[in-house]
Parts: sequence; structure tokens; C-alpha cells
Amino acid sequence: MAKIIVVTSGKGGVGKTTTSAAISSGLALRGHKTVVIDFDIGLRNLDIIMNCERRVVYDFVNVINKEARLNQALIKDKRADNLYILPASQTRDKDALSKEGVEQVLEELAKDGFEYIICDSPAGIEHGAFMALYFADMAIVVANPEVSSVRDSDRILGILQSKSRRAEQGERVEEYLLITRYSPERVAKGEMLGVGDVEEILATKLLGVIPESESVLKASNQGIPVIHDQESNAGKAYSDAVSRLLGDNVEHRFVTIQNKGLLQRLFGRSA
Amino acid sequence: MSIFDYFRTAKKDTASIAKERLQIIVAHERSQRNQPDYLPKLQQELIAVIRKYIDIDQDQVDIQLDQNDDCSVLELNITLPELHERH
Repeated sequence: MAKIIVVTSGKGGVGKTTTSAAISSGLALRGHKTVVIDFDIGLRNLDIIMNCERRVVYDFVNVINKEARLNQALIKDKRADNLYILPASQTRDKDALSKEGVEQVLEELAKDGFEYIICDSPAGIEHGAFMALYFADMAIVVANPEVSSVRDSDRILGILQSKSRRAEQGERVEEYLLITRYSPERVAKGEMLGVGDVEEILATKLLGVIPESESVLKASNQGIPVIHDQESNAGKAYSDAVSRLLGDNVEHRFVTIQNKGLLQRLFGRSA
Repeated sequence: MSIFDYFRTAKKDTASIAKERLQIIVAHERSQRNQPDYLPKLQQELIAVIRKYIDIDQDQVDIQLDQNDDCSVLELNITLPELHERH
């Protein structure tokens, strides 16, 4: 049975696509057949984060409209063997995603033996975001430790609990919180909400804390999901999150100030 | 209390302010989340009816819908003005 995971947040710019790319790559690197779908119709970006923007021929909407077969639209990732990308359409309007069409594509992916289907949601709470979360078994709510992001995350949690297919069937979507752009130094100074604060306000299980890191921009510059950079703290933190997703009990790293080693201090290498 | 303590307590750190503000707004939004769309209109119309007989303000009527497993309770709280004010 395929597990459908939505990566969502309400607010834009908090790291949904970065997270979708990292988590899907991480699952594939561990041998799980995984597909990641861009639901941001009209503003696709997953393709450029995953460095396959020049290989897009057909897209999600083409498949829904039966203008292309699913295997014509799926792009095989060049870094992880078990990973495929289904890009969003760049030109159509967002209403092109019909509930029946999305359901059909998800069912076909499950039939093709995909174990994990990662749905990269657009920002907002409109049609595209709703379609991305409707069929989810599990949700990763991405939040920055910042008031507007946390408030929007709570809205999205409310929608997951009332409007998703699982909610309609009287079940619950398995919800996880992923905090990104975290700075333990600023938390210590009282300038930033701590992990515990955000967890307490949202009352949601913590999947991971991704520290603020220069490596995230470096990774997107090159189109290499940051999880491939296992030197970086962000890459390591995403790896830990993938382990937790797979049921391992891994302690949270990078939530407290790390003392830099002598060599690190001398050469000033950060993150 | 020394003068330094005064400065320390006067300036609350911004993360605590953020947390307090979030707790209030999130609690408020959650309480409204599950209420049906007709509730505000129902409240308006109830007030109109009551006003035919008693002079009350908008904020003297509190209406809430609580959902339990097998039934819903519509709770209506009307604070009447003090006796000597009534007509």
C-alpha cells in the first residue's frame, strides 16, 4: 500500500519544496520507491530544486487530461535510483486539478508499486493546496519559528482535521510538525520561539528541526536536494527526519547551541 | 530591587511576546473553526427578537454550539440589564 504524504504549511516561503525534495530523496536513498508530485499549478518549482527543469516534457495536468500517459510524465531522478518526479503544469490554471483526476493518478502510482507518494503543496488554502492534502494519509506541516507561519500552520491543521478524505471518513491524518530555519542562538537570546513553544502551541508531534543553514541555498542553487549534503547540519537534520518517518527513534540534534570545535573556530566553517 | 533588576524585568524578550500572542489568537481561531456558518446570522436574528421586548446590547448575547459525540447543544447566554433599567 502506498503511503500518501502531503508537505504543507499555509504560509509561503517556509521550505515546503526544499522539504519535499529532501524527504523524497531521503526515502528513495533508503531503497523505497518514491514519487514526489508538484501541486503548485502555474508556479512549478520542484523541478528546478531537483535539477530536472530541462527534462520536463509532460506534466501532472497532461496526465489528468489524458494527453499523456503517467510514465511519459514521470521524470526519473538522476541522483536517487528509486525516485521519480511528477512536475506541475506551468501554464494551465489551477482548477485543472479535479478531485477525480488527482485520485486516478494517485491510484495508478500506487498500482505501479510506489511506496511513498509525496505531495508538495502550494502555499495558501485554495484549490491546489486543498487537492494536495485531500488524499493524504500523513501530513508534514512545515513551519518557521515565527508568528505568521505558526498561525497559518494551525489553520492548515484545522483543515486536515475537517476537510481531508480521512476526516470525511471519520479517521485522522497522521500529522507531523517540521520546524525549519531554526536558530538555537536566537532562541537562547529570547529572539525566536523555541521548539517547545511551537510544539506546545500547535500540539503536534515533532518530526524534525532543520537549522538555519547556508547549505540550503547552496543546494537549491545547484539543484541538489540538501539531504545529499551530509556534511551540512540541514542535510543531517533532514536525514534524521526521514529516519523518524520510517519509525526510528532518533534524538533531535541542532536544537541547542553547539560548541564549535577548535578547528571549526580556526577556519570559521559554518553549517 | 536594584536598578539593574528594573531594566531586566521592564524588557520582556520578544519570543515570549510572540508565544503569548500566538496562544491567544490560536485559541480564538480554534473556537471559531468548528462553528457552523449560520451561527453569526442566528445570533443577529435572536438579538433582534429579544430587542423587541428588552433593551440589550450586542455583546450581552453569547451564543455557542458545543458538539458532543451523539448530540449538539446550542447554548444561549443573555445578560439582562438590571431590574430598574427594564421598561
